[in-house]
Amino acid sequence: MANFVVSGTPHVRSKESIQSIMRDVLIALVPASVMGIYYFGLRALILMVAAIVSAVFFEWLYEKIMKKPVTISDLSAVVTGLLLAMNMPASAPVWVAVVGSAFAIIFAKQLFGGLGQNFINPALAGRAFLLASYPTEMTSWTSAGNFGADAVAVATPLAQLKAGVTPDASFVDVLVGNIGGCLGETCAIALIIGGIYLIVKHVINWKIPVIYIATVFILTALIGRKGIRVPSYEIFAGGLMLGAFFMATDYASSPVTPKGQIIFAVGCGLLTTLIRIFGGYPEGVSYSILIMNLVVPLIERFTEPTIFGALPKVKGAKKA
Amino acid sequence: MQALTFKRGVHPPDGKALSAEQPIQVILPKENSELFYPMSQHIGAPCAPIVAVGDHVKVGQKIAESPAFMSSPIFASVSGEVVDIRPMLVPGGVMVNSIVVKNDAKMEEIEGLNQGRDYTTMTNEEILAAIKNAGVVGLGGAGFPTHVKLNPPKDNPIDYILINAAECEPYLTCDYRLMVEEPERVVKGLQIMLKLHPNAKGVIGIEMNKPKAIESMTKACEGISNITVQPLTTKFPQGSEKHLIYAITQREVKSGALPASAGCIVDNTDTVVAIERAIVKGRPLMRRVVTVSGKGIKNPGNYKIRIGMTLRDLVDAIGGFNEENPPVKLIAGGPMMGPTLYTLDVASVKTTSGLLCFTKEEAYIPEEKNCIRCGKCVDHCPMGLMPFMLNALALKGDGEGFVAHHGLDCIECGSCSYECPAKRQLAQSIRAVKKVEAGKKAAAAAAARAKAEAEAKAKAEKN
Repeated sequence: MANFVVSGTPHVRSKESIQSIMRDVLIALVPASVMGIYYFGLRALILMVAAIVSAVFFEWLYEKIMKKPVTISDLSAVVTGLLLAMNMPASAPVWVAVVGSAFAIIFAKQLFGGLGQNFINPALAGRAFLLASYPTEMTSWTSAGNFGADAVAVATPLAQLKAGVTPDASFVDVLVGNIGGCLGETCAIALIIGGIYLIVKHVINWKIPVIYIATVFILTALIGRKGIRVPSYEIFAGGLMLGAFFMATDYASSPVTPKGQIIFAVGCGLLTTLIRIFGGYPEGVSYSILIMNLVVPLIERFTEPTIFGALPKVKGAKKA
Repeated sequence: MQALTFKRGVHPPDGKALSAEQPIQVILPKENSELFYPMSQHIGAPCAPIVAVGDHVKVGQKIAESPAFMSSPIFASVSGEVVDIRPMLVPGGVMVNSIVVKNDAKMEEIEGLNQGRDYTTMTNEEILAAIKNAGVVGLGGAGFPTHVKLNPPKDNPIDYILINAAECEPYLTCDYRLMVEEPERVVKGLQIMLKLHPNAKGVIGIEMNKPKAIESMTKACEGISNITVQPLTTKFPQGSEKHLIYAITQREVKSGALPASAGCIVDNTDTVVAIERAIVKGRPLMRRVVTVSGKGIKNPGNYKIRIGMTLRDLVDAIGGFNEENPPVKLIAGGPMMGPTLYTLDVASVKTTSGLLCFTKEEAYIPEEKNCIRCGKCVDHCPMGLMPFMLNALALKGDGEGFVAHHGLDCIECGSCSYECPAKRQLAQSIRAVKKVEAGKKAAAAAAARAKAEAEAKAKAEKN
């Protein structure tokens, strides 16, 4: 008689895997990537490939050296690499993308235990590292539609808003991405399509992106800037869509509790608005998400869900 | 009527098509086959044999009982000779002392069997005694003695008697067949229960994926004012007692409490039929309906078996395994919560609702990866727990943290493991620690009780 398999329950499992989730994230990033290449040309494509290849390479290298199981097939390093590239200006040199990927994978992700253990978003950590180390390379914005040697340096719409001037780009330009900025963040419509795909596929839920964007909208409407009060323009300009749908929703570095997600998203929106209007940077999405990443454990501790059939809390219960 | 449900939960593929349209077939044990009657087939005190090796027993004869209130007697389901009393494997995976009867295939019945009565002329005490003396326990899986359940503490008035006909476990179709084929017996059983609690409403909760059962039960309930059929959303674990109560009454059974505290009594479909059989037909619990399914069995279907048959005899009687694609995994019950069996030499007991024979493809166990903190376990846990955290605490061996994060409230439904994209064995690790911590809790409670008694005694002696 054959030996039968003995195992713990349940004996049926959903088809979803880490790989299928990461694949969905990559599919969701396709529209914005295509638009990035459309606006910024071959340089955008080269940066994306460089960042992805180096992210996967460093993950493989680290795991080989540390004699850990190699996990590059779960596609998470591909996602990190692509997101990092999307957070860079198209004019950045290729080596900057490689350095950024190395930092993101080795320092932000693997040193803390790999996938699921990173307490901050690796791609954003990589970008923050690059921004601090190579500020010139990371903030040379070229206008969309001009690539290569013809690239014309431009100010991003948010930088113009910060300077108190009316931006050159129209509302429609901002929506379709015909503006200066990071190569993956400019086309708001493509990012929203990708975000909706992720929500429909249950990869992310609507709470973090919608509340984050809504908070920025409401606060910029309330606080406003000197003379210019254009909340609907502000939410589409800059990195908010990319950050809200693809970075703030990173599993490892955002809360898992439903209430916690709301607090996290409001916090991101608040910090983004404060940095944009009162801070030193024209853009505040990366740093606000990174800062909120750090308080996730605290948020989770205070937002543990109420269990089904919870006993009423006894106030001032005496200890026996 | 609008379908009701609970919060969260999962939607596993239901697999019911394999056996749903197979009418219930009666399977009789073969001559000279051995039937095993384990002394513990219920929650509560185990029984002790009241027959000896060499005795001749008849169908319906009580062969084991216990004086405890929280217990349930056991009856011979065939006639024959008691050939041994020895430990035998039961589906839960443990060896239980069992009476072994060699079937003489004569099916001689004991005198006094089939003394059916009109329940409307019986007192409540008589009904409860008859249910107890028929060995009726919850046939859904837990085996809670039905006479205890039907007689809750007086300070818990019962407002609802719910028939758990959700059958939310994938593959299982035995309750579905009962409702399609014998709806009037379910209704009669429920009426007997309502006689005990005349102020209660009877509600039969059926998942929406069983429209024929809803139709047939609705028809059988026509003209009965205190019984309704309530469609439920098809979602696992809809048939969890607490979640069924919540879906139908919006009441939450508090942590650690029994359904009666929320004014509800919940019984499984087959249990209600057993009550009807005990009172109306005067026959004790000797048989039950079992779904045998999965791609590894030749003839998936629903079989009315004599309790005590080994699962090997059952499989042989219905045509054996699928030879082209033999099973590699055997599951007693449904695929979400049923324990696996390493052999077919297992006694069927009162709570055996299914035998699933899973082929290599069906039994595939994916590799466990790192938790990615996606939170899907939290989004789907019907108890509102944080399974990924309990899993981490379990692996760390932090029992205190496990209890503090409500690990003991886990109902082990497996929704977390089902959803987990990292394929972590969440439910399994939680169950393991739960056992240890629940044991500690019980031991601490017992120690506290003993201490209190000792102190009371010392005080009494002093005086």
